[in-house]
Amino acid sequence: MTTSRKTRPLLAALAATALLAGCNAGAGTSTDDGSQEPGDSAGAEDGGEDTAAAPEPGGSDETVRVGLVAEPASLDFTTTDGAAIPQLLLDNVYETLVTVDVETGEIVPALATEWEVSEDRTTYTFTLEDGVTFSDGSEFTAEDAAFSLDRVSSDAWTISLKSQLDVVESVEAVDDTTLEVTLSRPSNSFLYALTTRVGAMFDTEAVDNLAEQAIGTGPYTFENWDRGSQITLERNPDYHGDAPYFQTVEMRYFDDANALNNAMLTDAIDVVSTVQAPESLAEFEGGDFQIVEGTTNGEVVLSMNQQEGNPLADPDLREAVRYAIDHQSLMDTCWAGRGELIGSMVPPTDPWYEDRTGDYPFDPEEAQRLISEAGAEGTELRLRIPSLPYAVSCGTVVESMLEDAGLQVTIDELEFPAAWLETVFTNKDFDMSIVAHVEPRDMANVFGSPDYYTTYGTEEIQTLFEEADTGTEEEQVAKLQEAAAVISEDAAADFLFLLPNLMVADPDITGLPTNAIKESFDLGDLARG
Amino acid sequence: MLLRLLHRAMVFVLSVLAASVLVFAFMRVLPGDPARVALGINASDEAVARLREQFGLDRPVVVQYLDWMRGLVTLDPGIEFISKAAIGPQIADRLQVTLILVVTSMLLAVVVAVPVGIWMAVRHRHVDGLVMSALSQVGVAIPAFLAGIVLISVFAVRLRWVPSGGWVVPAQDPLGFLRALALPAISLAMVQAAVLARYVRSAVLDVLREDYLRTARAKGLRPVQALWRHGLRNAAVPVVTVLGLQLATLLIGAVVIEQVFVIPGLGSLLLDSVADRELLTVQTVVMVLVVATLLINFLVDALYLVIDPRLRTGSR
Repeated sequence: MTTSRKTRPLLAALAATALLAGCNAGAGTSTDDGSQEPGDSAGAEDGGEDTAAAPEPGGSDETVRVGLVAEPASLDFTTTDGAAIPQLLLDNVYETLVTVDVETGEIVPALATEWEVSEDRTTYTFTLEDGVTFSDGSEFTAEDAAFSLDRVSSDAWTISLKSQLDVVESVEAVDDTTLEVTLSRPSNSFLYALTTRVGAMFDTEAVDNLAEQAIGTGPYTFENWDRGSQITLERNPDYHGDAPYFQTVEMRYFDDANALNNAMLTDAIDVVSTVQAPESLAEFEGGDFQIVEGTTNGEVVLSMNQQEGNPLADPDLREAVRYAIDHQSLMDTCWAGRGELIGSMVPPTDPWYEDRTGDYPFDPEEAQRLISEAGAEGTELRLRIPSLPYAVSCGTVVESMLEDAGLQVTIDELEFPAAWLETVFTNKDFDMSIVAHVEPRDMANVFGSPDYYTTYGTEEIQTLFEEADTGTEEEQVAKLQEAAAVISEDAAADFLFLLPNLMVADPDITGLPTNAIKESFDLGDLARG
Repeated sequence: MLLRLLHRAMVFVLSVLAASVLVFAFMRVLPGDPARVALGINASDEAVARLREQFGLDRPVVVQYLDWMRGLVTLDPGIEFISKAAIGPQIADRLQVTLILVVTSMLLAVVVAVPVGIWMAVRHRHVDGLVMSALSQVGVAIPAFLAGIVLISVFAVRLRWVPSGGWVVPAQDPLGFLRALALPAISLAMVQAAVLARYVRSAVLDVLREDYLRTARAKGLRPVQALWRHGLRNAAVPVVTVLGLQLATLLIGAVVIEQVFVIPGLGSLLLDSVADRELLTVQTVVMVLVVATLLINFLVDALYLVIDPRLRTGSR
């Protein structure tokens, strides 16, 4: 099987045409009519050649100010977990060999212009873009790529996500622009993993101080960090792709959702990257602002501790919990009706998505019947939730719905992340919890091991996940659909809803991603039109 | 007097030591492992253990404590676990911001509270004095953060006179700095002014009843003149004491206000560090606040000894 794609030159050509026509290049909004269509062979033409040399005209000297919650603790995502760092740096400062198209969910070229997969699907040969430089001036070659991928399995990387590349057996730089990666077994998730932070490309010479300095090949360079308030990025003058529209990006961090909204209302920022309180959207309705609403990878999971000895080890009781929850009304009450009901651990942007909301429709009588059959009326369940907005507001709704069905629920709010991690995650001292699992394609991760805090991980599901990863792409889809169905039917957990991607911006800002399904928030596409 | 001062100084040092032990111990019993927080939800136990070792958290607590104390004494509390940033300069930066905020609020409070307090005292039998007094009572009851939220919604969001939050370095943009400082300083000052005004009022009332003031008035001075010439200095003694104590509460109040106004001061550093379980940073920030509070108390005490001759003799 061979995959061969060339889109970057095509994109460049299209962008150049668009510019000549006087319309806005980097748009890429949901309304854009397919100008980012990958996989077309026409891109091999010379339109792409000159873009590396002359990346101008789209650029302005403007600054865009983006408001976010949760400042990163460090710039180093190889040793520090958390979504804030890759959100800022991946695809903006660092780049990956391949990336995800946020509209189609497809894997498309980035630093690799094309790649070939061997017949036995264990060897990947990447052709790297030529003439790419890091922001410190050194050239990006296959040597750097091999170094970066090798480094993931070394002790230098400490975060658990590094295990995504465990399947890599060897990495070799064949020549300056050819990289060969050999896997120990076929793996569908390998290529996808390369689109996430473990696929980030580092300069061999510039990894000593990743916590404070970020050097990559991306459209922006890391400029300055005022701890406690903002991080500034500047347009990379030597970027090999299309120059981004904005010269400067100020990422401004707010601990407080109200402060973030106020900053938008008073024009102190141009974009709110994530609205933390959906009910506050009303403030922005009425035309002065644009509101973007799409999906994310954040499944809000009501986990149920099914280890032996716990009340929810009884499958009937877990089913009762699923029947007892009126998901639509829950989402309406605690998340202002924004979001999507999914019924399983799969967001609609994944290829194996199926609507599983019908598995356990709201049925209070059935819930009560199951509870009384199990002799579990009045059973006390400890719902231990993290101190996060969605968990706190939805926790009380879950509590009242379960109590209507005849269970006793006690809510404990635990400071997130530290206290929650210790109590729920590490010690598994809980009956139920609510947390959004925001990592992409994380079904196997969350439900594949009995040691994980979800305490599911049956042998059946482990086999399914393994078959899905080693099989063909078609088999992967079929097996993961089956896995999602089994998890749902076993009531391994309840899936409350999928967090929406909610953004507010000045009306003339374009290039905002409708769906937030990547680890990074791509700033290179932002423009003012 | 020197002996008393020495005694106070010793109490100060012992309090600082006791506080450091408490703060350190409290941080160790706080649930949540810094290494786990850094590595995230899926980290293996081995990886967490390795990182704990790197952070130096596997050493005996006494060693960790002494290490930290050495850092405090040499003014180099070390680097953060996760960000690897030096803690000392960070705290110095943030402290500067907080001090600007606190001192401005204090000045604002004094400027408002002193005349208002005197007015309330002099007019305490009149309707306007009573109304003012009642208003100040209400002022005392309003928490600073609530005042902050109301001020933001009126002056920043509706009227757009000032920004709703953020901080501007004074040297870069003096006008922007003043605009950014206005609301948080006013929110903090409002409560302080109300409290202070009540103290000024009662202090002045006390003075007004003193014999020497009656004498002054008998000599033909009008009440306000008499107060101005003879009374205010005496009324100032208790007010200065309260001012010192207020300064300490202002520091704590600033922690909250910084959150409301997104000001990168000591308070926001403290809260962020707690969330990240940057134990060293949290401990050190708390110690800075504790030392500042104790120091203010010590200075007020010392000042007392200097001002009030009755305390010097040790007869009280």
